[in-house]
Amino acid sequence: MAQEITHKSAGGKPPVSRRMEIRIKSPAWFALAGVLALVAATPLLIILSHLLSPNQEIWSHLAENVLGTLAVNTVLLLICIIPLTAISGVGLGWLTGACEFPGRKFFSWALVLPFAIPPYVFAFVYLGIFDFTGPVQSFIRSIFPAIGFIDIRNFCGVSLILSLAFYPYVYLMSRSAFMTQGRTAIEAARTLGLSPGKAFFKVALPMARPFIAAGLVLVCMESLADFGAVSIFNYDTFTNAIYKAWFGMFSLKSAAQLSSILAIIVLTALVTEQKMRSRMRYTEAGRSNKTDRLQLSGPWKWLAFASCSTMFFLAFALPCIKLMQWGIEAIETDLTRYLEYGLNTLLLGLAGAAITTAAALALSFAKRNDPGPLMNWSTRIATLGYALPGTVLAVGIFIPAAWLDSNLATLFKPLGLNTSNMIQGSLGLMIAAYGIRFLAAGFGAVDSAIQRITPSIGEAARTLGATGMNMLLRVYIPMLKKGLFTGAILVLVDVMKEMPITLMMRPFGWDTLAVKIYEYTSEGEWEFAAVPAIILILVGLFPVMLLTRQMDK
Amino acid sequence: MKKIITLVITAIMVAAWSAAAFASEVVVYSARKEHLIKPLFEAYTAETGVKVKYITGKAGALLERIKAEGANTPADLFITVDAGNLWHAANEGMLAPVKSATLEKNVPAHLRDPENRWAGLSVRARTIVYNKNKVNPNNLSTYEALGDSEWKGRLLLRTSKKVYNQSLVASFIAEKGEAETQKIVESWVNNMPVAPFSSDTKTLEAVVAGVGDVAVVNTYYFGRLLKKNPNLPLAIFWPNQKTSGVHMNVSGAGVTTHAKHKEEALKLLEWLSSEKAQGKFASLNMEYPVNPEVKPDPVVATWGEFIGNPMNVSKYGEYQTEAIKLMDRAGYK
Repeated sequence: MAQEITHKSAGGKPPVSRRMEIRIKSPAWFALAGVLALVAATPLLIILSHLLSPNQEIWSHLAENVLGTLAVNTVLLLICIIPLTAISGVGLGWLTGACEFPGRKFFSWALVLPFAIPPYVFAFVYLGIFDFTGPVQSFIRSIFPAIGFIDIRNFCGVSLILSLAFYPYVYLMSRSAFMTQGRTAIEAARTLGLSPGKAFFKVALPMARPFIAAGLVLVCMESLADFGAVSIFNYDTFTNAIYKAWFGMFSLKSAAQLSSILAIIVLTALVTEQKMRSRMRYTEAGRSNKTDRLQLSGPWKWLAFASCSTMFFLAFALPCIKLMQWGIEAIETDLTRYLEYGLNTLLLGLAGAAITTAAALALSFAKRNDPGPLMNWSTRIATLGYALPGTVLAVGIFIPAAWLDSNLATLFKPLGLNTSNMIQGSLGLMIAAYGIRFLAAGFGAVDSAIQRITPSIGEAARTLGATGMNMLLRVYIPMLKKGLFTGAILVLVDVMKEMPITLMMRPFGWDTLAVKIYEYTSEGEWEFAAVPAIILILVGLFPVMLLTRQMDK
Repeated sequence: MKKIITLVITAIMVAAWSAAAFASEVVVYSARKEHLIKPLFEAYTAETGVKVKYITGKAGALLERIKAEGANTPADLFITVDAGNLWHAANEGMLAPVKSATLEKNVPAHLRDPENRWAGLSVRARTIVYNKNKVNPNNLSTYEALGDSEWKGRLLLRTSKKVYNQSLVASFIAEKGEAETQKIVESWVNNMPVAPFSSDTKTLEAVVAGVGDVAVVNTYYFGRLLKKNPNLPLAIFWPNQKTSGVHMNVSGAGVTTHAKHKEEALKLLEWLSSEKAQGKFASLNMEYPVNPEVKPDPVVATWGEFIGNPMNVSKYGEYQTEAIKLMDRAGYK
């Protein structure tokens, strides 16, 4: 069996602890994880510290008039998004990861492409096509005037938009699980008489669970943190309310109170998710053999083709067509400046991806070497930044950075040096902020991959004399290649799409494509926003294609 | 090796320090979008040789950045697109009072901070736009009257999350008190056939499509839409001409408390209010100039003249929190 299930011993020490043997008793790893977790948790703690002096007046207003709606809206959203992204992501991941059908090669990477489209772009494009004044409703009304106006700006509309934008998380994760889990288990199941369908549900799916769960956790966190799409749909969620309390009622304290509710929701979800799978360990038995795919036959292969095509059309082709149409209307003579914005976007993405993936690797390696409740909590808290709205996180980063700066300035002043703003307003700080924001994305990918490496590998390496860094570089990294690539793609594209942190923290001259999109969409000028949006998608396509292809090698 | 590194770092710091100290420049944090402000900065640099460094973003976030940077902030001038955020920045102690005869001459008193910490630079009039095919303008009168039963199922509004609506409701509170304002807002909510829209443009497009017949929007959104398609059946109505006057917000600016180039910042601010800059400042976005000596853009002028509300725009900030709470209570999303 490829699946090794280790039951946690209930209390007491494990007998002749096998697990102890594979640990690397290096306090350095523990310290590194601690520092990373602390740095990543700082902004959250800064925000939560505002809870110590809450604004009672605004809070009681929110509790009375706003919180109920927010709770209902948020729950409705998640109830819709989780099954939508789970079914589409896992289904498509299984098709392109483990089956063979016409167009499979194209769809394997093409279905990742929607990931390059930011959710706020999805929102304004879909609203442009499907709302009252869009071509679809106008056409329907011209034939059946009695139908009237259909409002899509409700939880159904928002859920669909966010699912289209976020399903690639689940798709990428589950696909990489299906590809790496090896055929032996499925074959064993088949020889025991299970049909392909049963083999999928009884063997392949349970084995991919940590990956799918990791993907879904990312989807939920992204949905909770989304500001752009929900505000274009004017759908009230916690993020909206946080912004309103902060920028409208001028109360950072109330915004912090709302943020802390959000953080608690996410923490609870993370703990539940980990409890659900803590009793099982999933390990990989054999390497996958890529020629050995399940050949779909007859109608099945065309059904597979149709599902993939539909998703590709809805999540990529359709938005691109609409953007092109707008872009042509608004084409500007001065396209050269977009070259600079595109380059900025790409550079920030690469820097963010490099730092975040490295941090995620260190964190999950440390967690593997020194498992325990403390480490678990550290990683949970370290990855919470993903669920906070970007601007809130940015403030949490800015306050300590400014404090450091002013102390540095006083320190260096007697020497006649002006160090003001060495940290804040620097590129390094912004990239660190990306790291904190997207650590969860990188960590999810890397950690679920590391969990599948059999403990015996670590043991074997140890008996051969590999330790610490050596073990990481020579044993784990080569085995984690796919997980690392997945994490890197996720973070790279996430950073490129990122808007609020970039908007608030960028140094002079570091405008990105997302910043330009914001400038136009906030004025309701969709046509002009289409130009940077198209370029953002094009810039995003390149790394997505490159890395997906790399993963398949 | 260590010595070399120290040397290099020192050299960089000295270079950075001297660059900051000697170049004639002014640093702007602007909530006004780049394409609506850059041409003016370029003109200013061409005229005076002073370099304008700027960064754009949301007013709230930029202000938070200025606050966190504290005494170290590079920001000299803070530009917003509404009065409420200027009021808030001044209230937080982030804007310095300036004494300027030029500003006093160029900007009418009600469009300036009573304590001289900021000044409006262009007027954004929020008015009623109606569908010419479905509405007789004689039936229109005031913002308040849009809550009458006549407009049941016909009124379209933008979201209450947008500061322009918060300012509008804040001005009502300042004028009539909370109880009466709440009744007005509730009557509006009662008249809306669909949930509020996320932008003025969407709201106007919905009027064209027939989802509703009247809307409350800033005039320049109307202008932009008509520029794209002059045949749209939309027209402007100036409300409250016999009562309080048309609601006006400002896009404006103030010199920051910890500005490193205070004089340069004030000069830029004064220049932006001057006759030669005002025309361009306003017409870039089809807004109204604050400077009474400057005529609006010819297209804007065709929309007719109106009496504006003489209330000091700083009231919008003062009552903004109350306005939001009131709209929450009234169910205005």
